[in-house]
Formats: sequence, structure tokens, C-alpha cells
Amino acid sequence: MSVVQSVDNVALLPAYLAAGTAVLVLLADLLVARTRVTVAAAALGATATVVGAVLVGAAEERRTFCVGPDCSYVFGGRAALVAVVVALLTLGVLGLSGPLLRAGTTPAGEYCFLLAASMTGGVVLGAAGDLITLIVALETLTLPLYVLVGLRRGSLASVEAAVTFFVVSVVATTLTLLGAALLYAATGALHLGRLGALFAERPELLDLPLTTAAVALIVLGLAFKVAAVPFHAWAPATYDGAPLPVAAYLSTASKLGGVVALLAVVQHALPAGVTGPVLALLAVLTMTVGNLVALRQRRTVRLLAWSSVAQAGYILAPLGALALAAGRADDARAAAYAAAVAYAVFFVVLELGAFAAVVALRPAGADGGTLDDLRGAARRRPAVAVALALALVGLAGLPPGLAGLFAKVTVVRSLLDGGAAWLALVVAVNAVIGLAYYLRVAALLWSAAPAPAVPAADGPAPNDHVPGGPGSAGPALAIRAWPVAAVLVAATVAALVIGVAPQLVLDLAAR
Amino acid sequence: MSLGEFLLVVVLALPAVGAAVVAVVRNDRAARVVGTAVAALTLLAALPLVAGRETGWFAYAPLPAAPASGAAVRPWHRVDLPWVPGLDLRFHLGVDGISWPLVVLTALLTLLCCGYTLWKVPDGGSGRALVALLLVVEVGILGTFLALDLVLFFVFFEVVLLPMYAVIAGWGGPDRRRAARKFALYTLFGSVLLLVGVFVVVAAAGTGDVVALTGGAGLSRGTQLAAFTLLAIAFAVKSPLWPLHSWLPDAHTQAPTVGSVILAGVLLKMGTYGLIRIAVGVAPEGARWAAPVLGVLAVAAILVGSLVCLAQTELKRLIAYSSVGHMGFVLLGVATLTATGLQAALIGNVAHGIITGLLFFLAGAVKDRAHTGDLADLGGLRETAPRLAGLLGFAAVASLGLPGLAGFWGEAFAVVAAVRVGGPLWLTLAALAAVGGALTAAYFLRLLRQVTHGRPSPAVEPLTPGVARAELAAWAPLVLLALAVGLAPTLVLGVAEAPVEALVEVLR
Repeated sequence: MSVVQSVDNVALLPAYLAAGTAVLVLLADLLVARTRVTVAAAALGATATVVGAVLVGAAEERRTFCVGPDCSYVFGGRAALVAVVVALLTLGVLGLSGPLLRAGTTPAGEYCFLLAASMTGGVVLGAAGDLITLIVALETLTLPLYVLVGLRRGSLASVEAAVTFFVVSVVATTLTLLGAALLYAATGALHLGRLGALFAERPELLDLPLTTAAVALIVLGLAFKVAAVPFHAWAPATYDGAPLPVAAYLSTASKLGGVVALLAVVQHALPAGVTGPVLALLAVLTMTVGNLVALRQRRTVRLLAWSSVAQAGYILAPLGALALAAGRADDARAAAYAAAVAYAVFFVVLELGAFAAVVALRPAGADGGTLDDLRGAARRRPAVAVALALALVGLAGLPPGLAGLFAKVTVVRSLLDGGAAWLALVVAVNAVIGLAYYLRVAALLWSAAPAPAVPAADGPAPNDHVPGGPGSAGPALAIRAWPVAAVLVAATVAALVIGVAPQLVLDLAAR
Repeated sequence: MSLGEFLLVVVLALPAVGAAVVAVVRNDRAARVVGTAVAALTLLAALPLVAGRETGWFAYAPLPAAPASGAAVRPWHRVDLPWVPGLDLRFHLGVDGISWPLVVLTALLTLLCCGYTLWKVPDGGSGRALVALLLVVEVGILGTFLALDLVLFFVFFEVVLLPMYAVIAGWGGPDRRRAARKFALYTLFGSVLLLVGVFVVVAAAGTGDVVALTGGAGLSRGTQLAAFTLLAIAFAVKSPLWPLHSWLPDAHTQAPTVGSVILAGVLLKMGTYGLIRIAVGVAPEGARWAAPVLGVLAVAAILVGSLVCLAQTELKRLIAYSSVGHMGFVLLGVATLTATGLQAALIGNVAHGIITGLLFFLAGAVKDRAHTGDLADLGGLRETAPRLAGLLGFAAVASLGLPGLAGFWGEAFAVVAAVRVGGPLWLTLAALAAVGGALTAAYFLRLLRQVTHGRPSPAVEPLTPGVARAELAAWAPLVLLALAVGLAPTLVLGVAEAPVEALVEVLR
């Protein structure tokens, strides 16, 4: 074994670009110190990351940091997809942050730097080839978010949310690390591919209690990150306390990160026979509890948070098919992984659209507010209301939100291919429960505006700085917040395009 | 691309593009005119589709020799393009004798409803949005009838749901939100079972092509039983079959007139059509296995529907419940799995669409004039509004199945088909269905006695005899069709005979 590793810098280009973005933002903030320039630098860097990831991902799979046949960094099709999606989501969240940063309560330099740092974690995550790289990348993705969640000055809810998120997330990471350590103790391997091969060659390893404990710890630790029930309690409080764009990032990029990490260990490292039943159970619990609790939510962001808990259940569902022998055939396995990735991509597009619409409907720098604040929004801002309705309907999985429909179809199909008809039925019934609350929100947008007689004496919510509440968020805001409008249009167009041509996503997910 | 293929695509594309145009036209009146024109063009495009059929209108002669392929579905025209290979979804459309009458009925009713909105927009929202939604609903229904790919069928089946929800929730009666939500959740429950059922079939057969799958080619008995159970429940919700019908009375009663017409006229037919084309066609073994259950439920629906109707006190609600009974006859016809039964189901479908469409138009007119739908407050309609009363009488008599009018054939031959199947079970079912037919007559006559006869009630007193020209224009085609289909059932049966024979062939 040579002592000096040769490093494939081309494979690392997207990661360099992402990390470079963070540095660029720091420098811009230091030297120019103007919000506009800082945000532009971050946007430029994110765009460069997208381009880099596309260019590198279009070519052959590249591996680097190899010890023998095992590599710690594998930049293939899926890594490129994850990197592109994370970078695009970062770009989108930057756009949504426009009003927040302009409101002046949040320091732009720190905000953009943390977002870029988080993006770096997401870009590396998809390419991680061993457990340590994976966990470090995932932590790089999450760590900046602790601060971002609490970055809204003078908001107690924001600080509470940050502390909740921090404590839960650190515990989850510790669990995963402990699992990785135990796994190393049992097998002597950390590379995902090597672990998978070891378990296939020496099935007796699976009988060790140590292995079982290790597998359980890793899966459960990662389940925290995707907010799967029963490890979900942090999500609604955190989303609701965070500034809206950060909540959007949490429920899209951060969730995608958790899913990718879980997929990586389930697909390559851990034996499907052990993880399958656990994941099936997690999926059923997650979607059912998420949907049922979402039915009772009165606050917009909490409703979206619970709905994204439920959506995580749909993402995990195809992996649950691995619990059955028929689901462990090579074809069915590949289909299940592809379905999970595809669903995650459909989901983040729709979720970003929903958050963008909520940001557009709310006063600058405000939190998500209650559902009643959305009442009658279609009369004030018809286009935004239509976009929000489209995103919600898509999340419910119905036309005209074809993207969501095909996402559900993909999951159900992969489940039936894997012989897990019961799980498909659970998904189906959950889709009905889901429609109940998505429809309620969508219908609110068109219902009559609330009676103006409500006295203002109780005082508006602490975050509603704009006098007169959401009613005054008229056309003037639409012009001031062009980045929000741009993100909303982009997300809506993307949802429509992948709704008409879902094969684009399916092809990318299967790579 | 031949003319037939072109027309197939046009029939779907026209209302879709039309809906988009209507949505962007600023002027409300102009938008409604555009929508009506689009609906008229769609009907014009749907009519010539019949030109490609193999047999004539009046040819009860033996079938032409089956094509060498032996396929049980032989579309007159078809378009088959790949869409999403990863999900086995192809853009595969086709039209044959089973679907064409329903396609024309859909196009006609949509045209009449759009035309009706030119004259009167129900309270609740802009007429522009209503017409756009009606056109989207039309796209979904037509697509469902034309789809020859299981997954495509499912997609179109879903397309209808939310626009119809919006029509009820936006323009409906006082309790519209609850009714609309109930409609959406019930029918989505049906749709998701359809989704699972479709992919049970697709996963087992590796294809979603209805033409290849009809006859249950290569599906194991277990798969067919599972698939039929899922699909039948899915379609039973939509049809609706007792005891899954409880969304229907609320939705029909609360929906605006045009919504009720589309709902009762063609939306319910998606369920019965799906049952014939998809559930029975793809899983014949499952169909044979479940036929007695289906028959019993159908007869239960007939009896329950008519008994509930006898106790109804609200005009629209009564007509809504009458749909449960009528669809019971259609499902009884399907459950016999014989050529006679399926023919009866098809003509029953079309007749119910025509007559109930007309009944809802008339009920809407009565309610708009008298401002109440309560049977106790209506009475003596023929004294103050004789034309309206006469039309209502005509529609009610047609609906109760008077020979010579459209309603007769479907109900009579559903009973005949059940008798022909024989055996104690089916004979009992036939007898009970006949009793149900008598009850149908009883509640419609009760309706007429309460609404048209007697002294004018205070609500009816101020009515004027006049009927607006727009109303006549909307009703006349339905009146004529009810007569035409009643006198010449071959209008429907002539085109449906060959495909039904082919379907029964694979059922044996």
C-alpha cells in the first residue's frame, strides 16, 4: 500500500466549489459588507456548485481517497443528483431569505456563510463512501442549522427551537457514531461497500449481539435526522420557531440529507434482512402519525412540518419492502432505492414551492403565522395562492399536482414489485388522510376573508412588524420581493415539468 | 396519423387547451362564450369517432370474424405513445362501442352545462372559473373513457377529483364545504384502492396495456382475486354501490345545477365503465368469483335506494338517491357477466346520464324559481308553470322506466339477464330487482303528485309559466335523446354489441 494517496481533484470539484462559496461569502462580508453583495456571492457560489456537480456527474463515476478497493469518496450519478439538488435548494432558500435579510434583524454575512457551509455538507454527503465521512458530512450539513434556527434576534421561540434542535440532533449523531464504532469493533470495517461484502460473506457476523446493537443504533440515529416517528418530536417545534426560509431548508435540504445518509447505509452497508422490518415499521408509524397529527394543526408551519414528517414516511416506505424476501431480489431492491430517491426529489420540489408561497404571502421577516392568516389569500394574491394550492395538492398526490401523483405512484409501484401489498395499502390510506388537511388549507385560501371587526387591541403576533398584518402585503411587496417570486416561479415550473415528464427524475434516481 | 387518431387526441386536447384559455380571458362573459364554443367543438370532434367501427347500427348479424390477434378489445381508433416508461405508463387511447356512447354523452352534457352558464352563473364565484373547471372535469372524464392503459386510466380518474371538489365547494349550496370534502375524501379513498389494484396487475403482468390484459392473460387466480377486489371497491365508491354511496346524496344536493348534472350524468359512469372495462376485463376470474356478492349488493342498492327515496322530503336529494337505485340496476347487469347483462348495463348507463341530467336541470330550475327544494313547500307546479311541470313529469316517467323511453331498456334487461343466469340466487335477485323497479315507479309518482298536482303552494304561487330560451336549449337535446334512445335502443346497443360479445367471449 502506498503511503501517499493520489487525490482525484476533479471528483472533489463540487465539494471545493461548495466550500469555496463559504469562504467567498466570508470575504465578501468582510471586505464589502453589503447585504446585496454577500447574498450575490452566495448565490454565485451555489450556482457554480450546481454547474460543477453537473459537469463531474455527467462523466464516469469517480473515486478517490481509496485504500485498496474501498474508497471514501465516490462521486457517481446519485452523488451528483444529491449535490445538484442541495445546491439548488440552497439557491432557492437564499432567494426566500431576501425579505428576512432586508428586514435587518438577521446578520446577512453569518446567515449566508452558514447556509453555504451547510450546503458543503450536503454536497459531500452524497459522495460519502465510509461511515465516518458520512457522519461528518451529515454533521457539516446540520451543525450550521443549529445557529441558523436561532439566528432571529429577539425571538424567544427561535432560541427555544434552536436548543431543542441542537440537543436532539447531537444525541442522534452520538448514537450514530456509537453505532459506527460498534460496527467497526464487530467487523473491522468502516467502508460501506466493504461492510456490505463482509455481511454477505460471513453471515455469522449478523448473529453477534454487538452487530445487532450497532445496526440498530445507526438506523435509529439517522431516523432522528429524517424526523421519523418516534424520533420526530423535535421537528414541528424547530420548524415553527425557525425563520421561514430556514424552516424551508430544514424540511427540504436537511431532510434530503438524512434520507441520503439512511439510503447509503441501508443500500451498501447494512444487511437488508435486518434493516427492512425496522424501516417498514418506521415508515408506517411515520406516515400515519404525521398525517393524523397534521389534521389538528392550526399554525401553517407546524402543519407543513407534520406533513413533512408524514412525507418522510412515504420516502422510507419503499425501503420497508426490503423486509420481505421478494423485496430483496436485486431488481426489487434497486427499484426500492430508486423509488425512495425519486420520491425525495419530487417532495423537495413541492415542499420548496409550498414554503416559497407561504413566504410570499407573509409580511417580510414574519413567521408562518396561523392558518387563519392565509384565509382569503386568493383574493389578494391570486397567483401566489394558485402556486400554494398546486404545491399542497401535489404533496397530497393529486392532479393537477402531477409531480406528487407520480411520486406516490412510484412508491406504490416499487412496493408492489417487492410484494409488500400491505404497505402499499397503508400508503394509499394515508394519502386519503393527507388530502383532508391539504385540502383544508387550499380551501382556506379561497374562503371569505375574516371579518375586519377583530380588535387589534390584543396586539398582533410579535413578529408581525408590518402594521395591519397580512392584509397589507399587497402588490408593493410582490415587487420588493422579486427573489421570492423568482423562487416560487422556479419551484412551480419545476413541479409542472417533472409532473409532465417524471421520467427525468426516475432516470436520475435510478443511476 | 389518420383522422381517427387525430380526433382522439383532439377530443382530449380541446377542452384542456380551452380550460387554459378560459382561465386567462379577462372578460367573464367572453370567457364563458369561449368555453361553450370549445365544448361544442369537442362534441363535434367526438361524434365522427364512430366512423371507424366494424358493424353498422342495425346489424344484429353475427360478428365479423375475430381478428387473428384474438384481442378482446378492438378499438376503432387508437393512439399509443410512450410517456413514462419507468412506471409502465403509456399515452394509449382508443375508442370502441363501449366507450363511444359515454364519450358523446360527456361531451354533450358538458356543452349543455357550459351553455347553461352563459345564461345563469350560480352564486359563489366567477362564471369564468366555473366553466374552466367544467372543462377540466371533461378532460378527466373523457380521458378515463378513452384510456387503454391502466396507469393512464388511473391518472385521468384522479384528474376529475379536485376540479369537481372545487365546483361543489365554490358554487354549491349552504352546506357545500362539508359535502365537497366528503366527496373528495370518499372518492380519493376509491382512487387509492384503484392505484393499488392497478399496480397489483401491472406488477404481475409487467404491462398496463388494457388490450393485452383483457381476458386476464397470464394472471394467476390469486392475483385476479386480489385485483378484482381492490378495483371493484374502487369503482363501487365512484358508482356508487350501496353501502359506499353516502357521499353521493350530499354532493349532489349541495352542488350547483351544472355540477349535479355532470356528477350524476357522467361522473358516476366512470365507476361502472371502469368496472366493465378494467375490473371485469382484466380479472375475469375474480369477477366470476365475486359476481354473487356484487349482485346481492346491487339489488340491495336498488331496494335501499328506492325505499330511501320514498321517505325523502327534498327534491334534489330524492333525485340523488334515485341514482343509487338506478346504478344498482346497472351493477346488477354487470354482475350477471352475460352479454345481455352488460348490454343492459351500458344502455342503463347512458339512459341514466341523459334522464338524471335532465332531472337535475329541472330540479335546479324549480329550486331557483321557488327558492325551496322542500317537497312539502312545493305543490301545484302545473297550475303556475305548466311547461316546467310537464317536463318534470316527462323526466320522472322516463326515469321510472316507462317502455318507449330510455330508462326502460337498462332496467328491464338487467332483470331479464338475472333471470337467464338462473339458479335460486339469481332468480331471487331478479324478483327483488323487479320489486325495486315498482318502488321506483312509486316514489317518482309520489314526487309528481307532491310537486305538480294539487293547489299551488305559497312558494309556487308567484311562478310564471315562462321558460327561458337558454333553459329550453339545455333541456331539449336531453328530452329528444331520452325519446330517441327509448325508441331506438340500437343507437347505443348497435355500437356496443360487438365489443360486449368479445368481452363475454373471454369471460367464459
